[in-house]
Amino acid sequence: MTGIRLSVPETATRGEVVEIKALIRHPMESGFRRGSRGEVIERDIITRFECDLNGALVFASDFHPAIAANPLITFHMRATESGELTFRWTDQNAEVWSDTASITVA
Amino acid sequence: MGNKPLFQTTRRQLLTAGGGALLIAASPLKALAAEADLLRARADLFGDRPIREGRVTVTLPPIAENGHSVPLTVSVDSPMTEDDYVKQIAILSPRNPLPLIAQFHLTPLSGKAEVSSRIRMSGTQAIQAVAEMNDGSLWSGSMETVVTLAACVVL
Repeated sequence: MTGIRLSVPETATRGEVVEIKALIRHPMESGFRRGSRGEVIERDIITRFECDLNGALVFASDFHPAIAANPLITFHMRATESGELTFRWTDQNAEVWSDTASITVA
Repeated sequence: MGNKPLFQTTRRQLLTAGGGALLIAASPLKALAAEADLLRARADLFGDRPIREGRVTVTLPPIAENGHSVPLTVSVDSPMTEDDYVKQIAILSPRNPLPLIAQFHLTPLSGKAEVSSRIRMSGTQAIQAVAEMNDGSLWSGSMETVVTLAACVVL
C-alpha cells in the first residue's frame, strides 16, 4: 500500500511558517462496525504519525479510532533550514510506511 | 400463619416499575455516562491539574451531513517559540464510543499551533480540545456540531 500524498512548499524564506499536508490511504477500521452477518469487523488503524526535518521532530500525532479513513493531517513548520522532511506512519501492528520531501530555505 | 413472601410483586407494582425503567431509558443518564467517559479520559491524560477555558479555538462545520468524516481545525493562541509553545493538543468527544479522538504533539519547530484533520462523530455533540503548554498549564475550548447522519453504526 503506497497511497501517500504530501503537500510541502519547495522553497521558503528563513523564518517563514509554511503549511504542510500529509495524507495516507488507509481504511482506519474502527473496530466498532459490524459486517453483514453481525460479526465485529476487527480494528485496523494507524496509531502514530511523525514528521521530522533532518532528524529533528517537527510534529507528531497519536491517532485513535475516531480519525476518519484515509487520514489527512495539516500542520505547520517554521522554515529554519533546508533539508529533507521525513513522514512516517505506524499502524497498530508496527508496520511502517514513510515518504520524504525536500524543502529549500533561502 | 399468614406468612407473606418478603417481596410480593403485584401487577400494579410491576407496571409502575416498567414505567420507571422507561423514564430512566429516556432520561439523559446515558449522555451523562458518556460525559463521565470524557472526564475520565481527560483525567488519564492530565490528572487533576486545573484546566482553564480559553486560548483554544475548535472549528467544525455548524452542521455535518455525514459523521464519517468531519473536518476539524484546532488552533491555540501561542507564540510557538523555544520558551513558550504548545506541547500537546488532545481532542475529546463526549459521545463517541471512545472519548479520545486524537493527540497532536507540537514542537517549537511547528511555528504555528494550528492543526487540521478529519474525524468521526457518532451524533450531535460538542467536541473539546485541551492544550498543554510547555510550562504545564492547560487550556481548553470546544465547539458543538449538529450531525445529521451519525457515524454511530459505522464508527
